[in-house]
Amino acid sequence: MKSLVCMKQVPDTETQIKVNSQGTGIVTEGIKYIINPYDEFSVEEALRLKEKFKQGEVVILTIGPDRCTESIRTALAMGADKGIHINDESLNSADPFVVAQALAAAASQVDYNVIFCGHRAIDDDFAEAGAMLAELLQIPQVTLVTKVEVSDDKTKAIVERDVEGGKETVEVSLPCVLTSQKGLNEPRYASLPGIMKAKKKPIDKKTAADLGITAEARLESREYSMPPERKAGKKLEGMEPPDAAKELVRLLRNEAKVI
Amino acid sequence: MNSGLDYFGESHHILRQTVAKFVEREIKPHVDEWEEAGEFPRDLYRKAAEVGLLGVAYPEEWSGFPSDIFHEVVVNEELTRCGSGGLAAGLMSHAIALPPILAMGTQEQKERFIPPVLRGEKIAALGITEPGGGSDVGNVKTRAVRDGDHYVVSGSKTMITSGTRADLVTMAVRTGGKGHREISLLVVETDSPGFSVSKKLKKMGWWASDTAELALDEVRVPVANRLGEEGAGFYGIMHNFRKERLYLSLMANITAQMALEESVKYARVREAFGKPLTGFQVTRHKLVDMATLVEISREFTYRVAAKIGAGMNAVKEISMAKIFSAEVCDRVCHHAVQIHGGYGFMREYLVERLYRDSRILSIGGGTTEIMKEVISKIIL
Ligand SMILES: Cc1cc2nc3c(=O)[nH]c(=O)nc-3n(C[C@H](O)[C@H](O)[C@H](O)COP(=O)(O)OP(=O)(O)OC[C@H]3O[C@@H](n4cnc5c(N)ncnc54)[C@H](O)[C@@H]3O)c2cc1C
Repeated sequence: MKSLVCMKQVPDTETQIKVNSQGTGIVTEGIKYIINPYDEFSVEEALRLKEKFKQGEVVILTIGPDRCTESIRTALAMGADKGIHINDESLNSADPFVVAQALAAAASQVDYNVIFCGHRAIDDDFAEAGAMLAELLQIPQVTLVTKVEVSDDKTKAIVERDVEGGKETVEVSLPCVLTSQKGLNEPRYASLPGIMKAKKKPIDKKTAADLGITAEARLESREYSMPPERKAGKKLEGMEPPDAAKELVRLLRNEAKVI
Repeated sequence: MNSGLDYFGESHHILRQTVAKFVEREIKPHVDEWEEAGEFPRDLYRKAAEVGLLGVAYPEEWSGFPSDIFHEVVVNEELTRCGSGGLAAGLMSHAIALPPILAMGTQEQKERFIPPVLRGEKIAALGITEPGGGSDVGNVKTRAVRDGDHYVVSGSKTMITSGTRADLVTMAVRTGGKGHREISLLVVETDSPGFSVSKKLKKMGWWASDTAELALDEVRVPVANRLGEEGAGFYGIMHNFRKERLYLSLMANITAQMALEESVKYARVREAFGKPLTGFQVTRHKLVDMATLVEISREFTYRVAAKIGAGMNAVKEISMAKIFSAEVCDRVCHHAVQIHGGYGFMREYLVERLYRDSRILSIGGGTTEIMKEVISKIIL
């Protein structure tokens, strides 16, 4: 069972994000980076499939600058077999289309039964790369996946996915792209022995030229801005409780319009 | 954290994230409850072992994992970050109990005692201190009298971390007459007849770790459980202290660091006289003094860790680090409570616990006074 896991490095969810003074991006200084949480589910699911079939390979595919090797190494420490790191200045500010092109180019150089993507990356939140990747590779895709069962002959999978208010179960032929959703699994730790073993696992470095990518971005980000600061609250003071309650209901209904 | 960049590489960063995640998932949700209960579930040893946390610094041969001193630093720092010094001390009590076995034990002893502990199946404790005294290690009174291929051991030990449920205790006993040359180390298995836990001790801090007084009434311990030669115990104990003192220094630094972080957070939002506490210069300067002390202490401790990692003996330096970091921790925690006002005295606020947990750090593993005796013998 061979899985290719597309994995992005993103700022830690606990990071206080600040927009830079020119409004062209975020302040990156002092940011702690982590594996995109949805991609961590992907890594875990790929490892479980390999364990279930007792053979195969889990390959991590990442696009990003030097700092991403730490995330790749973390996935290797969890148990993945090797990494492919596309590290190219020209791709650092790529849009989802260019990213999908690069992923597709790299994917076409390896063997896989399934490609996992996170259903979205928690930094840019486009939720597009997985879908585009499937389209570029001309293979089926199932998004928002919460359960995966691959048939013994690896020709198809029964997949559960989130739909509004419930679950949908679909059958998909392999190879395919699956995009991971919360609830798929509980990712394992990169254990200390895993970390030591990961030091010796290979990470293949590639540039855009190695992959022959010439795609141009279709999106241009114009400006980043912070959400408006929350306005100060209102205090009902010096009123008798019954009057205060009435006034509160009136404000909630007429001003805040929440009831 | 920007300090110590040179000491930590990729594998250390990944390990730090792993331990932080472990603390976040397995410890933090329950830590308040465990503090109140005075112990944590035994199962946590096994969970920590699965992630490899107990095996850091032990050879693979004994179910450990090849690692360097800064992997140890990372595990200790991040476990301390759970906010309960007691939990970190209890979960890692093997870190003071096993090194003498590793350093002085035979192959057979290592095989028998080390792997079950590193796999989280058995709990190990170190038993040196006695009701009659802790600092004066050379005066240990628990007697071990040879009887064929056994020792018959009688006496008592106190303030033993993990003592109420340890499966094995690396114990200092007197195998001959007076003096430190007559002390030996035995691994006492606690299911031996005559061994009992006489008391679970109530403490000022470190609540989540169980601390016990132990009674030994003619406990028969096989001679095969003696570490090294008869009379070699004192040297083994002294050697062991170096790592213990490093761990306690690291714990002091992180405890202080957390007290500082909590204070900064609180001072930003708490208002007095119409402005946040950070609006008062006296508070700002106090926070700066705290931050400066923590930074200096941490950098010095890292330096000492690097020396130990490089195989230097660094006895003077580690003794200094222990004195300094524990004092810094006390001082920073004191100010942290002060900045929190009455809330700093309340259980709901982390600084209340940090303040209590800080106090042991200049006592356990060799008191500040004993550290000064050690240093004075080197520099005078
Ligand atoms: C929470 C906790 C956990 C512990 N865990 C363990 C454990 O797991 N295993 C273990 O063996 N022990 C443990 N201890 C015991 C600890 O190591 C001792 O408390 C410590 O070594 C001091 O010994 P003592 O309490 O007998 O104090 P004493 O030795 O009686 O000292 C009392 C005071 O006299 C001072 N003093 C003593 N000698 C001198 C001197 N020569 N010059 C100047 N001043 C001196 C000391 O510094 C101290 O201030 C633990 C203690 C605590 C509180």
